[in-house]
Amino acid sequence: MRTVLDPTGERRPATRELLPRPDALRGRTVGLLDISKARGDVVLDRLEELLRADGVRVLRYRKPTFARPAPVDLRHEIAEHCEVVIEALAD
Amino acid sequence: MQLPDGLVAVVKRDCPTCTLVEPVLRGLGAAVWCQDDPDWFDGDDTGLELSYRLGIETVPTLLRVEGGRETGRVVGWSREQWEELTGAAGLGPGLPEHRPGCGSLSVDPSRVDELEARYGDGLASRRVALADLEDEHEALFDRGWTDGLPVVPPTPERVLRLLRGTTRDPREVVAVVPPDLVACTVEKVAVNAVMAGCLPEHLPVVLAAVEAACAEEFALHGLLATTYFSGPVVVVNGPVARRVGMNSGVNALGQGNRANATIGRALQLVVRNVGGGRPGEVDRATLGNPGKYTCCFAEREEDSPFAPLAADRGMPGDAVTVFAGAGVQPVVDQLSRDPESLARSFAACLRVNAHPKLPMAFDAMLVVSPEHGQVFREAGWDRARLLAELDGLLQLPAGELVRGAGGMAEGLPPGVGAEQLPKFRPGGLLVTHAGGDAGLFSAIIGGWVSGETGSVPVTREVRG
Repeated sequence: MRTVLDPTGERRPATRELLPRPDALRGRTVGLLDISKARGDVVLDRLEELLRADGVRVLRYRKPTFARPAPVDLRHEIAEHCEVVIEALAD
Repeated sequence: MQLPDGLVAVVKRDCPTCTLVEPVLRGLGAAVWCQDDPDWFDGDDTGLELSYRLGIETVPTLLRVEGGRETGRVVGWSREQWEELTGAAGLGPGLPEHRPGCGSLSVDPSRVDELEARYGDGLASRRVALADLEDEHEALFDRGWTDGLPVVPPTPERVLRLLRGTTRDPREVVAVVPPDLVACTVEKVAVNAVMAGCLPEHLPVVLAAVEAACAEEFALHGLLATTYFSGPVVVVNGPVARRVGMNSGVNALGQGNRANATIGRALQLVVRNVGGGRPGEVDRATLGNPGKYTCCFAEREEDSPFAPLAADRGMPGDAVTVFAGAGVQPVVDQLSRDPESLARSFAACLRVNAHPKLPMAFDAMLVVSPEHGQVFREAGWDRARLLAELDGLLQLPAGELVRGAGGMAEGLPPGVGAEQLPKFRPGGLLVTHAGGDAGLFSAIIGGWVSGETGSVPVTREVRG
């Protein structure tokens, strides 16, 4: 029998249940995360307009750079203050 | 296993000293294990487990055992030492006073890896048994562990052999590897380096490359996740490059050199397997580039007009520099014989890096060939002089950069403010020297999003 060594990190990631999807956004707090890609603000500005018109409370966030993961503090702040987050991923 | 109390010996029949002391051992009533003939004495150690566990290096080895523990040991034949150990007098009356022994089979270079893998306890990685009917190469593809090319199966024996290339503890954590942020040990690097095809002497360079690529400022997570082309390019400086057989000359950026190919590939396999960075998952590259299999070369330090790249970056001697590179673009200039003219050619070609209308957005590495390098060397231009010249030539008029200029929508938003902008941020252009003797060609390795918003090149020492 031939044996090889596992080249992976042998990680056992903790699995977390997704939160149930909200039925409606009215009255809820939605975070809009701009990852700092060019013109990401265009789509998020329009989304904010539409969400506010629907009675949604909107909070805006911005990553310092799209090229690096969001800082821990920013992720924490979003998790503390928002029930839903929408991320503008692309240009 | 429990050793019997009293005298214990390990011998091999092929050793003349062992055959010489055979009557002495029988006379002492020692418990004797033989390495190469199961029928010579009562003990059979043809599997070499006992020899390995006792750390036998020479045969014959005679041990005194009390309460299951070794309390004394002599190697080879020496009447005086044997009498002292056994407490018996007049041993081997017809024998010479002393006779050196022979090498133990358990330290034979062809056996030692197998024994360490079987009986040693040095490796922590999960062992994966392949079924008899599995083709070993297909099995590694099936488990998702390769980059699309076959890999060398990382058997415990091969990994142990590779680990001899470093003095570092296999359990030492080299880096925390994105995107999964997994603490990666020397051993895990070695497993992936075996798969990449590395030799033991390549391992220190791979370790330094992993360390450098996982430095925070290199932004490996983003580099992997980006839709852009780029991946790590590894440039090696110092005597280590030649010592491990790297290529800095003909076809330095191409195929055919084992050290260049496997060191760069090992880094990529670590990112894939340990970090979990796989194309189509976290790696979202639109097109990628062939250098994402491997991109590693040594700087040609001899006859270079420049100090070694790593030395100029504060790390003289053996070092690696990682750069977020996006593929190779040729620079042709077969007519310039003075540095001013050649620098202008370089600048013209560098201007189009990523897009001619995008300043300070993407870094680049200029690889100056020896024939081009000669022009600078003879004119006394070092790296700083060339960079200063290029910086002057690459101040771009803002009017040419705005959106719509030249009939191209791409460009800067209106209201730039300045009259001109530099193509590269300070430190965003690296210059190296490599290539074969002939050819008035240099190369631009385009970079990725630069500086604090993206990736900063990182240099790290290569340690043994």
